[in-house]
Amino acid sequence: MSFLEYRVKFAPTGLRKVLYLNWPLVVLIIAVASVGFLMLYSIAGGNLDIWARPQMERFGVGMVLMFIVAMVPIWFWRSMSGVAYLVAFILLLFVEFFGDVGMGAQRWIDLGFIRLQPSEMMKFTLVMLLAAYYDWLDPKRVSRPLYVLIPVLMIVAPTVLVLMQPNLGTSLLLLLAGATVMFVAGVSLWYFAGVLSMAIAAIVGVFFTRGTPWQFLHDYQYRRIDTFLDPAADPLGAGYNIIQAKIALGSGGWGGKGFMQGTQSRLNFLPEKHTDFIFTTLAEEFGFVGAFSLLALYALIIGFCLVAAWQNRDRFSSLLIIGVAANFFFYIAVNLSMVMGMAPVVGVPLPLLSYGGSAMMVLLVGFGLVQSAHVHRPR
Amino acid sequence: MRRTARDTEESNRSLNRRTLMLGGAMAAMVAVLGVRMRYLQVDQADQFKLLAEENRINIRLIPPVRGLIQDRNGKVIAGNEQNYRVVITREAAGDVDLVLRRLATIIPMTAEEMSQAIEEVNALSAFVPVTVAERLSWDDFSNVAVNAPALPGVVPEVGQSRRYPLDSDFAHVVGYVGPVSDKDLEVLDAPDPLLKIPKFQIGKIGVEKWMEDTLRGEAGTKRIEVNSAGRVMRELERQEGDPGTDIRLTIDADLQNFAQVRLGEESAAVVVIDVTNGDVVCCASAPSFDPNLFVRGISHTDYKSLMENDHRPLANKTVSGAYPPGSTFKMVTALAALEAGVITADTKVSCPGYIEFGGRRFHCWKRAGHGTVRLERSLSESCDVYYYDIAQRVGIDKIADMGRRLGLGQRFDIPMSAITEGIMPNKQWKLERHKQDWRIGDTINASIGQGYVLTSPLQLAVMTARIASGRAVTPRLVRMVQDKEVPVPQSLPLDIPPEFLAAVRKGMYEVVNGERGTAKSSRVVEPTMVLAGKTGTSQVRNISKAEREAGVISNEDLPWNRRDHALFVGYAPYDAPRYAIAVVVEHGGGGSTAAAPIARDVILRALSDGLPPLEAYPSSQRGRIETMLKELPLRDPVTGQPPVQTET
Repeated sequence: MSFLEYRVKFAPTGLRKVLYLNWPLVVLIIAVASVGFLMLYSIAGGNLDIWARPQMERFGVGMVLMFIVAMVPIWFWRSMSGVAYLVAFILLLFVEFFGDVGMGAQRWIDLGFIRLQPSEMMKFTLVMLLAAYYDWLDPKRVSRPLYVLIPVLMIVAPTVLVLMQPNLGTSLLLLLAGATVMFVAGVSLWYFAGVLSMAIAAIVGVFFTRGTPWQFLHDYQYRRIDTFLDPAADPLGAGYNIIQAKIALGSGGWGGKGFMQGTQSRLNFLPEKHTDFIFTTLAEEFGFVGAFSLLALYALIIGFCLVAAWQNRDRFSSLLIIGVAANFFFYIAVNLSMVMGMAPVVGVPLPLLSYGGSAMMVLLVGFGLVQSAHVHRPR
Repeated sequence: MRRTARDTEESNRSLNRRTLMLGGAMAAMVAVLGVRMRYLQVDQADQFKLLAEENRINIRLIPPVRGLIQDRNGKVIAGNEQNYRVVITREAAGDVDLVLRRLATIIPMTAEEMSQAIEEVNALSAFVPVTVAERLSWDDFSNVAVNAPALPGVVPEVGQSRRYPLDSDFAHVVGYVGPVSDKDLEVLDAPDPLLKIPKFQIGKIGVEKWMEDTLRGEAGTKRIEVNSAGRVMRELERQEGDPGTDIRLTIDADLQNFAQVRLGEESAAVVVIDVTNGDVVCCASAPSFDPNLFVRGISHTDYKSLMENDHRPLANKTVSGAYPPGSTFKMVTALAALEAGVITADTKVSCPGYIEFGGRRFHCWKRAGHGTVRLERSLSESCDVYYYDIAQRVGIDKIADMGRRLGLGQRFDIPMSAITEGIMPNKQWKLERHKQDWRIGDTINASIGQGYVLTSPLQLAVMTARIASGRAVTPRLVRMVQDKEVPVPQSLPLDIPPEFLAAVRKGMYEVVNGERGTAKSSRVVEPTMVLAGKTGTSQVRNISKAEREAGVISNEDLPWNRRDHALFVGYAPYDAPRYAIAVVVEHGGGGSTAAAPIARDVILRALSDGLPPLEAYPSSQRGRIETMLKELPLRDPVTGQPPVQTET
């Protein structure tokens, strides 16, 4: 009995698949996104049209995409992973040379109706390729140097391209998500220990090469690190964002100032309040209760994903689900650390909340893959 | 590649193990985030709440209304007027250029003002209102309001500005206000936050300056919410301040106006003091200037013309001017000699026209001499030799001591600027000041109010009041502060035997009323207003021996600024002194011709309700006086308006 037959035999077919979706996950995603609409409405000063409505429309499109992706059998996606990765990689190369420049970085291709960010696409195609790779690879060989080197190259190549854009945040997320898939696939912990120590060495290097012609990072990235380490040193410049974000968060207190009553956001003290710093508005208006509730919702989404991966006996599916969940998790962790003053400002949006089309669309497609894996899991 | 079920089982177990580890790590991270959230939002909430409030709330000051300055009867000398102004806000205006060009068709605006306004508007944040025109007439102001729809971003506003309705009459006494300067702030230790308001007006000189704390009032505050760009979103709370306190001066505005007008174009000063309580009822310095010019910001040409005028309109001659008192000082010498016992009223001195000391001749103003002179005649005919003689007998120290007791050589505490102490010299003073011994010639010069002696008109008026009353009358300028009477300074008896004072007063009576008195042409015939006084003519140049031999050049033949100062001090009525007066006319010539007539007119004006009564003047002078009084450009006592100039 072939592996393939095994799946075909037990997977639901036709519209009945809808019943087999991971519905709690769908509900949680809608819940979190709704919180986002509420906040965008509040930040716009009670205006639906500025941010909330476009965001809702994109979310609707994203949900449709998610269902479509979910309906397509997971083995089709597995067979597409190589191609998808290659397309994303070529697009990445393309924007490196021809992409539009925005916010001091080359990041997107303007297709007219949507601004395509290949770095966003890469997040999930990388995970797909890695999952497919480890599905193919004999589990006994995962820790052999050659078989470790291959996925490392798969990860490093796009990471370097994204880093050159330059987009430190996304490249970091690619690296973390890829490493997570490798970790779960069973690569020996010694490799991770090695990489970790090398990373520490690299961080030391970053600081030691500063000011030399061969310094590792851009000047603005160094400044961000400085500002993170001591925001008070430049309270009106780069440190302003962090200080104001913390003030907004802290002044929310236990119960918050009330919906649409956040003074920090309403009076424009908050930077990037509808994108990267949207969490601060939530924390200001709904306090610790609201902020912690959101964190709990996020934790539940990740939890449901991990359980789905646990239950799934298909290796590709499990790894894919974990990859998507890890991506999602790192987004949240980096963004929240950043706005709460625990990490430098690297420009990572808060998934499902921050205003912005392509990131959310890609994320929902990612969840579509999770759903597809769930629906078509071996039984 | 085929995999066995066992292999799959094994790899699944490994995968689940790693998933569990990953889940654990993620849960740990979520816990860290949660703890951090708790730390910021619960543990440190109070601190951040405070910071958020500091961010959004600004406290702005509301300027208080400045207190009024009134004359002794409540007539407003310094008031506040509505200042109609127009402000523009860039963000609301859109095309500032276009809006201002439209505005210029409605209100008077020069091209220069317009380009200045545009520059200012563009230099500041878009939401900051900029004043483009001030002190508009009501018509222009309402025109702007009516045309508001065509003028986006233009807002007509009403503020308060200082206004001196009696313009030049009180320029020297009351002074003026102006915008706070850096220099003003420097001298203050802890400046009132109000002073930081741009263009906030504070007293610059005079009563406005010295009573600043009383007049200013307390700032109100309003708490406003601002956004990160500093734009005002709304007013949260408002606390009105206390308006400044009104004050009433002792000066009578009508009398002041009369004196000011009477002085005319002379460079002169008049001070009138109420003998009974020290109230300064008149304190006029001429020529004067319009203090309103300074409030608005005086133009360069106006300022230059004030500075270059040789009659020094900006100087307050009443308290800042230090003049040799000349013969008006003779009462001091006489009283010192009487008190010292070196003379009596009957002591005779022979005046041959000069006196010799140490081989030097000191001349009497009358070359032929006065013959035998007693105290009364020494005053009425102003014999110099008499004083040369008695002064060297009594000595400078006793003369100086008497001068001080009568109010000379000291600064009185009244709220005016640049009050001079004058000079009442004695031996020690000369030693300290000039490192020289006092000489007999110095005493002789001082005895007739020349040499080192310098006095201000205020001091001379105080001296006269003290001689007239026998009490240490002290001047008072502020009568009431917020309806509360300011206590009259205690005036103790001078401790000079009354008969000496009576003798000197008799001499002063004879000066004006005696057959040969130097000021007899300025006598008052009305028995209830009889004037007594003393003329003075003080040299501002040395008369050389050669000139004296050739005949002293008369004042008319000298350039204006080399002529003698004309002085007169007096009081009236003689038998029940009410007002004391001092008049100094710079380079006016003789005291009897230039100063005494002014003194008579002003003191008669003070003693009567309206204009000086013609019956008070000798009948031969009435026609001339009537014409003169009629032609004085006095203010209407009710409206306060100066007369309309008409060609006759």
